Amino acid sequence: MLNILIVTRREWLAYFHTPIAPLYLIIFLVLSSALAFYLGGFYEREIADLEPFFQFHPWIYLFLVPAIGMRLWSEEYRSGSAELLLTLPLSTWEVVLGKYLAALGLIGLGLALSFPIWITVNVLGDPDNGVIVGAYLGSWLMAGGFLAISAAASAATSNQVVAFIASSSICFVFLMAGMPLVLDPIGQVLPQGIVDVISQASFLIHYSAMARGMLDLKSGVYFVGLILLMLISNWALIEVRKAP
Amino acid sequence: MTSILAQSLTRCYGRMLAVDRVSFEVDGGTVLGFLGPNGAGKSTTMKMLTGYLHPTSGTALINGYDIRTHRRQAHQAMGYLPEGAPLYNDMRVKDFLRFVAAARGLSGTTAKTAIGSVAERLELEEVAEQSIGTLSKGFGRRVGIAQALLHDPPILILDEPTDGLDPIQKTQVRRLIQEMSDTKIVVISTHILEEVELLCDRVMIIAQGQLQLDGTPTEIRSRSRYAGALSLVVDQPQSVASKLSGLPSVSNVEYRAGKLTAFPSGDGDLAGAVQALIQSENWVVREFHLESGRLDDVFARIAGQSESHA
Repeated sequence: MLNILIVTRREWLAYFHTPIAPLYLIIFLVLSSALAFYLGGFYEREIADLEPFFQFHPWIYLFLVPAIGMRLWSEEYRSGSAELLLTLPLSTWEVVLGKYLAALGLIGLGLALSFPIWITVNVLGDPDNGVIVGAYLGSWLMAGGFLAISAAASAATSNQVVAFIASSSICFVFLMAGMPLVLDPIGQVLPQGIVDVISQASFLIHYSAMARGMLDLKSGVYFVGLILLMLISNWALIEVRKAP
Repeated sequence: MTSILAQSLTRCYGRMLAVDRVSFEVDGGTVLGFLGPNGAGKSTTMKMLTGYLHPTSGTALINGYDIRTHRRQAHQAMGYLPEGAPLYNDMRVKDFLRFVAAARGLSGTTAKTAIGSVAERLELEEVAEQSIGTLSKGFGRRVGIAQALLHDPPILILDEPTDGLDPIQKTQVRRLIQEMSDTKIVVISTHILEEVELLCDRVMIIAQGQLQLDGTPTEIRSRSRYAGALSLVVDQPQSVASKLSGLPSVSNVEYRAGKLTAFPSGDGDLAGAVQALIQSENWVVREFHLESGRLDDVFARIAGQSESHA
């Protein structure tokens, strides 16, 4: 456990020693609030909730999370520092989890720093704060899903651009999995049973339920399961690189 | 007991055989030099010793710990400077050293003392607050060595530790390696022959992924065709050369870069015969030197052989 935190701390030092953290936080906060006010009609709706704020998160994460995740491993392999890191007395698991938690923490910090909009909605009206807490957790969980996909993609290549494009594309497919855009072409080649399963894998459907405060077990299990699966892939991709 | 035991280390990259059944054993108090042309398999061997790459077959025991099955214990016993000294450019020197110390299980005052001591030995105090990415190559290399030394490991594996350094920095790093070599095992790889002569107690020449020669620098030098040869600098090399060739104890004479070298034929005492000839002919001799053999000659022959095979 301590070793995981040692890795996390190193990543955080690097985030804040470079423009990565400030840039991520500023862009996330500006974008999420601007979209809530201008596209989401935060004021015009005259409803005291944060749905206009949360509804755009998937689209913001779609490119911001792969941007954070792409460097997790690619950069280590490109610069050669992976050789240093992986010959320290740390297990591959500790490093995989440490890195993941560091990036997840940064995303969490971004969400936490959006608290003024929460205060605003409480000043203007009387929202259901339980729903808002649930939506925050849902948003973080979905970002965690995007991040685990990006981390695994980053472990597969030493080219950050490739990692970014690959993870954005995979995240987009997951995001849209329940939509005709994805289901129609898949339905042409795969049997209905599999199409039904894929239609259940949609980030958007699971998230929109959570963003409305419906924290159901199925969605939680879905995201946690996906994150675990992707972290295992991440670990396996690191181990495969050592193998002949 | 400090030891490295390599057992038939073999590694393929796809279908290419990079390291082919390399076996050796080293004990504490040894500086071992891997010498070989680029692409010979030196780095791959080191990557296997440090557990960064799994061997295709064979294994290595680090202080008795199998690097494949007891990675953590093996890693704890060694410090490693990878080729090119990769570092985290997005960190400050002291933050980086703190990270390595923590990962090595050092904390609190132990970590502070360890960092202070390596920073002093490698003269890093002045750059402690700097970003690693802004350091010169020399400082970068020293930070790389500092992180390997941090926990005072019994085994150090340094891949080309002086590569890209200026002559003064090279001397500093070599002195450091010499200082540490009393009890530790220091494995270095290099393609600089003078470094081997200066530092190593034992040399392994690796070419084409195979261990070609293993011995002390003196032993390896004695395999050179120059071993036992006589070098002369004289005023009239042409006439001296022809007279020398006439001696029964001389097999042939070579003239290169102002220097005559007479190779022994094995028939009689070469040095005595040449000396007698010098006296009788009244030659002006500016230099007279009995060769113990040349490392570069052995190296060039082995590297050349492997190239012609490739």
